[in-house]
Amino acid sequence: MLRYLLRRLALIVPTFVGVTLLSFMLIHLVPGDPIEIRFGEQAVTQEQLDALRHQYGYDQPLWRQFLRYEGEVMRGDLGKSVVTRDTVWSEFVTLFPATIELSVCALLFAVLLGMPMGVVAAVRRGSAFDYGLMGTAVTGASMPIFWWGLMMILVFSVGLGWTPVSGRIGDAFYVEPWSGFMLVDCHFSDDAGACASAWSHLVLPTIVLGTVPLATIARITRSSMLDVLNEDYIRTARAKGLATPRVVVVHALRNALIPVVTVLGLQVGALMGGAILTETIFSWPGIGHWLIDSIQRRDYPVLQGGTLLIAVLVIGVNLGVDVLYGFLNPRIRR
Amino acid sequence: MTGRLAAFWRSFAENRGAVLGLGVMGVLIVLAVLADVLALHSPIEQFRSNFLTPPAWQAGGDWAFPLGTDDVGRDILSRLIHGARLSLVIGFSVVALSLATGTVLGLTAAFAGGVVDVAIMRLMDIVLVFPSLLLAIVIVAILGPGMFNAMLAVAIVTLPGYTRLSRASALSELARDYVTATRAAGASTRRLMFDTVLPNCLAPLIVQASLGFSTAILDAAALGFLGLGAQPPTPEWGTMLAGALQYYQRAWWVLAFPGFAILATVLAFNLFGDGLRDALDPKLKR
Repeated sequence: MLRYLLRRLALIVPTFVGVTLLSFMLIHLVPGDPIEIRFGEQAVTQEQLDALRHQYGYDQPLWRQFLRYEGEVMRGDLGKSVVTRDTVWSEFVTLFPATIELSVCALLFAVLLGMPMGVVAAVRRGSAFDYGLMGTAVTGASMPIFWWGLMMILVFSVGLGWTPVSGRIGDAFYVEPWSGFMLVDCHFSDDAGACASAWSHLVLPTIVLGTVPLATIARITRSSMLDVLNEDYIRTARAKGLATPRVVVVHALRNALIPVVTVLGLQVGALMGGAILTETIFSWPGIGHWLIDSIQRRDYPVLQGGTLLIAVLVIGVNLGVDVLYGFLNPRIRR
Repeated sequence: MTGRLAAFWRSFAENRGAVLGLGVMGVLIVLAVLADVLALHSPIEQFRSNFLTPPAWQAGGDWAFPLGTDDVGRDILSRLIHGARLSLVIGFSVVALSLATGTVLGLTAAFAGGVVDVAIMRLMDIVLVFPSLLLAIVIVAILGPGMFNAMLAVAIVTLPGYTRLSRASALSELARDYVTATRAAGASTRRLMFDTVLPNCLAPLIVQASLGFSTAILDAAALGFLGLGAQPPTPEWGTMLAGALQYYQRAWWVLAFPGFAILATVLAFNLFGDGLRDALDPKLKR
């Protein structure tokens, strides 16, 4: 197990260097002078520009600049936003809980609904329910979620007035940001209205972001269950006279879960992509919204740092899933 | 050959969803080819007396604009028909570019092995670390917004799929006797790669390409929606949705139809791709 772990860790190093190289190149590839990109377009004289260029090492060869950047990244220095002058790191840390909150809710929605649906479809294979569910799932997987979200707003917020249009909480409420997770913070504020508002703001974004994962999980659970239900040990369990629900839940589902867990890990990257669109539609103050704003404001340090942090996050999650998988399935440890 | 084709069709036609998908694709192709004839109006012509006209069957509708008009009086149906042409061009170009580059990279990695293999596959791993939409956004931020750059960005982010797939299938073919025999007969590496091995790796690549069509159309529409893809007044479906953001709450038709067109197209390619996979890969058949 230790050797497996070490080998996985060693594989991360070149990936990490590559990711930082890509993010380093971003500043040099976007149109404009790196100094102006980094500090915004200000009225500076040529001498000041040269001094700054020297001070920040932009007059040195690219490979030295890259080593310098790598050092800064290792120390957690990702530069400052051109617009707000805050460090990229502090902005990320402030906004990230909103994205986690939304993503966790979406993933829970997808798992709690998708797994039972997939199991039922597999058990009643060929039934109307199975066909209906699989048709819905392939539709869900094909969904342009930016349109789906707007249609939901049109029907449930504008038409029926059931849910708010955008944001995390109503304007009338103020919740002391303690953990950054609105659902946690509102419970400590002892304001029932604030909690109701926070929950109602979460409903539509959760459904929208959870749609594609829901479809994926339902399909994977179904096909994984179908594989398992054909195994000999299931026939044995049935032959022993066990009731169908027990066979399905205790004997089949446990073994069917391994591929589902793997797919769940892979969903993290897809969730971050979906979060960009969902947060833009619902004005959800998270990382996705922040990155799209940064492009519109030409705030390239934010785009650079934010992209790098998300990539590192994905690397971390992938590693976690691999380790977990090696733990669950001794055969792949070698 | 006809026998094999007939067998393939029998197996494909078993899947009703796949046949439905193929039907929708056929309709889209007809719309795209005959867009200039079928569309009632030019997709960018502005009718000043018809701002936000509702669809014809609603009160205030006009059969001259069956699906209504947008905020500057352009006919939605005509824009959708021309948008079908754009979506198919986007899908085809992205898949062609990504498939060709990915296959060459994958075959090179499989044949060369060693450092070249490691370098290519590490590079693909790096691309895969970024959420694909985010990487596409970053690439467009570098290259500048526009339909061509958006297509290029989507082609780059979908590259690893084709590279990994062609490398894996080539590696399994390389161990076979027929490859050794051809090599012993003195065939050049290039001949081995493209004439001997590639034809035997095609089935999974064709399936991936047909599913890649839907990814390409969806991602390009998402970029258009974020203002990074095709620019107005181009009648690209995602760009049309972005334009509708200001007033969709009082004109549902400017929102509903372009999005439904994206969904129907992506769904058609996904159904077709699933059917193709089941028909081409007997191992997966249930």
